[in-house]
Amino acid sequence: MEVGRLPISASQRGKLISAGYTTLSSLSSVSPSDLARELNISDAEAAQILKVASHGSRLDGSEGGCAAINGAQTAWEMLHEEEMFPRITTSCMDLDNILGGGINCKEVTEIGGVPGIGKTQLGIQLAVNVQIPVDSGGLGGKAIYIDTEGSFMVERALQIAEACIEDMSESDGLLRKDFKACQLKMHPNNILENIFYFRVCSYTEQIALTNYLEKFISEHKDVKIVIVDSVTFHFRQDFDDMALRTRLLTGMALKLMKLAKAFSVAVVLLNQVTNKYTEGSFQLTLALGDSWSHSCTNRVILYWNGNERYAYIDKSPSLRSASAPYSVTSKDCSHVWDWDSDLEFIF
Amino acid sequence: MANMVISEMDLPRWIANIFAARNIITAKDALSLTEFELMEFLDVGLAEVASAVAHISEIVCPPYQTALSLMEQRVQNEHLAGHLPTRLKGLDEALCGGIPFGVLTELVGPAGIGKTQFCLKLSLLASLPVSYGGLDGRVIYIDVESKFSSRRMIEIGMKSFPEIFLMKGMAQEMGGRILVLHPTSLSEFTESLQQIKVSLLQHQVKLLVIDSMAALVSGEYEQGAPRQHALGWHVSFIKSLAEFSRIPIVVTNQVRSQSRDEACQYSFQVQSWDETKDDRMRYDSHLVAALGVHWAHAVTIRLVLESKSGQRFIKVAKSPISPPLVFPFNITSSGMSLLSDDGFELTGPDISTIHCQGHNDIINFVGESLQ
Repeated sequence: MEVGRLPISASQRGKLISAGYTTLSSLSSVSPSDLARELNISDAEAAQILKVASHGSRLDGSEGGCAAINGAQTAWEMLHEEEMFPRITTSCMDLDNILGGGINCKEVTEIGGVPGIGKTQLGIQLAVNVQIPVDSGGLGGKAIYIDTEGSFMVERALQIAEACIEDMSESDGLLRKDFKACQLKMHPNNILENIFYFRVCSYTEQIALTNYLEKFISEHKDVKIVIVDSVTFHFRQDFDDMALRTRLLTGMALKLMKLAKAFSVAVVLLNQVTNKYTEGSFQLTLALGDSWSHSCTNRVILYWNGNERYAYIDKSPSLRSASAPYSVTSKDCSHVWDWDSDLEFIF
Repeated sequence: MANMVISEMDLPRWIANIFAARNIITAKDALSLTEFELMEFLDVGLAEVASAVAHISEIVCPPYQTALSLMEQRVQNEHLAGHLPTRLKGLDEALCGGIPFGVLTELVGPAGIGKTQFCLKLSLLASLPVSYGGLDGRVIYIDVESKFSSRRMIEIGMKSFPEIFLMKGMAQEMGGRILVLHPTSLSEFTESLQQIKVSLLQHQVKLLVIDSMAALVSGEYEQGAPRQHALGWHVSFIKSLAEFSRIPIVVTNQVRSQSRDEACQYSFQVQSWDETKDDRMRYDSHLVAALGVHWAHAVTIRLVLESKSGQRFIKVAKSPISPPLVFPFNITSSGMSLLSDDGFELTGPDISTIHCQGHNDIINFVGESLQ
């Protein structure tokens, strides 16, 4: 029933149906005052219902013969847009390569791994790297860091900021861009100033913050990345109703995707691991269940391979499954200085 | 924040009444339903529901800070930018000053390796006056296994800080600042925690030690999944306690042998399972930290104490601010002391494994130190 799909309250819907209006086309030819009389509601309310109904029928294309559907984009336009936004580098060349250049804006990327593998490190690195000025190939944006576990250590952020500035002045020197570098010498404190830090203490606050982000980002238009560290923590305990948990998580994921698309920000969600019994044995897998695994666009798993840290692209619509080594040094997450190391391709 | 009442949020009168009539009292109730569900439940249009939810979210949402103001706050207001020095030079350097405030630090290792000794020394350090490098505050020591020995603590104090402890009445005052609790069950522990939260600021508590966390659940459940969820609430509570009061919380953990059921590989790794790894596991006493992977994620700093070929080591296994360093140590009459302040780096997952060889040495130490 078409009227059943309109975003109006249940009692309004009930009145429409009992008055005989079940399809959108039946509403297209009635005037607000007639409708108000038949349903016994105010003129203003009737006008609003008709407005919603006409919006609904336009989306359906039931008027027939519309050239473009409201809100759609052609694939060609999307390709151009993608090329316009540079990706956010992870400071690790191999990792950037398998990611197609870095973390993509306008998409939600999930990064998971065992404790101590470097998820928070990567999160902080991205919060710093998004601030690399446009002249040096970055986005020159700000970062929102949502900390649900209290693992954000300011001292480490300072270390990474200092290392980033060092790297930038080195590479600027190599490319002989000294005339600009002298003027725009960044200070680590500037970098720290551009990281907006939120500390979330319960899942209610996490949901409230996700709802509030839209308003926040429209007020701070230069935010280019939102990092949630970790998205799992508050959803892993005292949830007796698993169905509710799934609904809340899906709702949250959809809102974040909408945010990423609408404001062209990158959303990075850090996840924990858990054991899962499949194919006769226990295996490690990312937490929050199977339905959550569908929610994010891209999924990267950080793991130990022998004595080295590796990253594996588990799921991506445009990148192939591949692994790359990375390391966490006292300065930053950098690449392994071994040009002979080859990328493992796992299918 | 989650329990804020909707009626006090300045929503338009008519919608606030509807929320109340449908028994949606707190923000948590409202935000646990999707907007579509709320629309159906409250019989209100989508636009109104969306704006009410946006309004509630804005109020419940935590405030933000820039990372810079966070740093300035800590550097200005806190002792040594928020660290409790352990007086072990190498370890303090690795941890950027000492045990950090506001987060959980875990000590894990086999029995008798020195976890309680370390905790005793830390308790002492926290109670010392600021002029001697302490925090000049009270310490709450939750002693689950009755391992706290005041005699041993005074001995450590006498040997490490003779100039303070030989002064008249100091030993009594320092001892008086350390409050020891002996919960005998998980529910007693829960109650104590809630009491602690209330009296934390009032009584100037500067350190909380829980020795040991694993013992609280080991008596009550079988191994495996139930254990993780039993502590779920406590983990969140203790973490939020650490954060809001900005004190260091040190927790000790036990070890257990790894069951065959435990996973250590992802599904995409199974194809490249190494045969040699399997052999190595059989020769080593394969120990893992108790309390599972959920707990391992929750702690911020994990210090592994182990014994290999008769020598004890303390390893910084998980820390966002330090490289994976290993220091050899000894337990002497003045507590733990490092044999070398320049630890060596241990890359790879071995930093988290726990060895327990050369056990005899450990069991005899108690006799030696009290002579």
